[in-house]
Amino acid sequence: MQADKLMIIGVNHKVAPVEVREKLAHTGETENPVLAVSRIPGCLESCFLGTCNRVEVICAADSPREIAKDVRKVLFGRSNLSDQEAERYSYTHIGRDAVLHLFRVAASLDSMIVGEPQILGQLKNAYRDAVELKALGLILNKFINKSFSVAKRVRTETNIGGSAVSISYAAVQLAKKIFGSLEGKKVMLVGAGEMAELAAEHLIAQGIDEVVVANRTLSRAVDLAKRFRGTAVSLEELVPQLETIDILISSTGATGLILRRGDVKPVMRQRMNSPLFLIDIAVPRDLDPELNDLDNVYLYDIDNLKDVVEVNKSERRKEADKAERIVREEAIKFEQWLEGMAVTPTIVELRQKMDAVKEAELAKTLSHLKGLSPKQMKSIQTLAASLTNKFLHNPIVYLKATSDPEEQRRRLDALREMFGLDESKD
Amino acid sequence: MTLLFLLTLLSYLLASAAYLVYFANQKKETRKVARLMLGGAGGLHTATLAAAYVEAGHTPITNMHETVSFFAWSMTWAFLAFRWRYRVKNFGTFVSVVIAILMIIAALSPNEVKPLPPILQSMWLPIHASLAIMANAFLAMGFCGGVMYLLQEREIKSRRFGIFYERLPSLEALDTLNHHCLSIGFPLLTMGMITGSLWAKQTWGVYWQWDPKETWSLITWFIYAALLHLRFTMGWRRRRAAIMSMVGFAAAMFTLWGVSFLLGGIHSYAG
Repeated sequence: MQADKLMIIGVNHKVAPVEVREKLAHTGETENPVLAVSRIPGCLESCFLGTCNRVEVICAADSPREIAKDVRKVLFGRSNLSDQEAERYSYTHIGRDAVLHLFRVAASLDSMIVGEPQILGQLKNAYRDAVELKALGLILNKFINKSFSVAKRVRTETNIGGSAVSISYAAVQLAKKIFGSLEGKKVMLVGAGEMAELAAEHLIAQGIDEVVVANRTLSRAVDLAKRFRGTAVSLEELVPQLETIDILISSTGATGLILRRGDVKPVMRQRMNSPLFLIDIAVPRDLDPELNDLDNVYLYDIDNLKDVVEVNKSERRKEADKAERIVREEAIKFEQWLEGMAVTPTIVELRQKMDAVKEAELAKTLSHLKGLSPKQMKSIQTLAASLTNKFLHNPIVYLKATSDPEEQRRRLDALREMFGLDESKD
Repeated sequence: MTLLFLLTLLSYLLASAAYLVYFANQKKETRKVARLMLGGAGGLHTATLAAAYVEAGHTPITNMHETVSFFAWSMTWAFLAFRWRYRVKNFGTFVSVVIAILMIIAALSPNEVKPLPPILQSMWLPIHASLAIMANAFLAMGFCGGVMYLLQEREIKSRRFGIFYERLPSLEALDTLNHHCLSIGFPLLTMGMITGSLWAKQTWGVYWQWDPKETWSLITWFIYAALLHLRFTMGWRRRRAAIMSMVGFAAAMFTLWGVSFLLGGIHSYAG
């Protein structure tokens, strides 16, 4: 079975707490981990997906179970967990399970906030990186591309993305439960990043009045502040700023805590006990977990936000079931494709593509040639047909001429690339 | 206990049950039914009180049964009037349960309609007693708001969302509710005390004589006064205000029952 070559080993918010995940964040690394994975003996193709809730290695190997341990070594390289612990905090999907898993991930069914669209963009980036680093081959190329089209289908045919747009959606819901209306409230962004910006946009859409941006580099803060028509401050002004703001979203790349309980406690008295909503979307965390013990301070990190979503879950379950059906349907189709992929479907695809070229060129040529007799027209058509057949003959013979699966895979790969069979379909 | 009272009690229990069902299923139709039932119970209750007035020839607030029943009646109409101006998600469930509890207490309280002692035969009786009890009604609603605030805050703070997170309104709305109840309840309480004092001067010749009921109502008054004062000067809002309004209500309830049963005094013939 071709599908049995596929394996996904990963860590997400469901299997590992934030303390474990933050040790895996591969952000600061100079070398893309996909290279380390592709160097594992026996690994044919690989792709590396790293987001703030999820780290996954997608790979293809003739006997994937044998390389699982090496893959985990790359994944957990920066933590000091033993392989046993690594196994406990991760999941391994092989074959059909791997197909279902990636399709679910792409369709955002496995996200902390089901339906949030960011994951697809992140997967596309991971795919692009793997292509650039030449870590992908025929199988994963098709596999990952297929997951994009599954995601698109789920998005158009179900309402899964309806209300939940991202982690920021959950944050907005909570802010409303704390403050009632968000009008006249002031939000502060600490650190820049896609997530924080998205959250700010959502909050502004809900009526937030004022935005303050703090960043290590002031120029970046100024840029961002301009976008939200807010003010920029330096990171040193963080604590004094706390006196006037209502919501703080922190997403710096700092390795340690940037705000501690002791910093905030005296400020609360000056705030006349008006509530402070702190959102920590950074991994590793920016805000002291003990801050939540203070009166009128509500601290949520990325794991806590998940629970807000659980509440809305029943409303979305129906849509999720529909999406799940699509995923299963597509997984079966994809497996069929993989099985047949050996030779026949490639030949069919090749012929179709060449026929399309032939027809297009014929139509163009015949429209220029006026006054041809039906016989002349017929011979031009015959010429075109026999040319394409002759050109295709050798590649097809070449494709069929080997029985060694590895060699056949290589040839299929080469041919498909040569004729551009996997280009821009989605 | 009259048949009319029993019917009223039953309709309150049904209204409260309907509100509890609404709390569980959150269906608009259920809420409509619950509200109509509470309105109906309130109407029936008004008839019960009117019948008691006609029968006794004076406002029925002279024994414990009558007082608590009047308390429940005030709370019902205070809530319904409040609702008309200002809505708070699922407030009705909490209020209707408190009303039902009050009605059960009323049903169990002694109800001897004795001829009115001469000192109670005064136009001050309906004024003083109904002001004091109406104050209790609003303070009881503030107490419900405080309970709701603490339940909601606990879920938000602990980040474990149970049955309350979705059903209860925002913390801000609950704090405002608490404040609104207090801004009506506190003046009523103050007026109840002033009228009582004027009545005392008329009957006993002194404005204030440190009777246990007077003392405890003064303690209650100080708790609420402190809460209002701290709210404006020190920003004692939200959680602290919710706790204080619960403490204040406990004092108010002690003034109503504890004093009568435990401490005695010249007020103890009445509620």
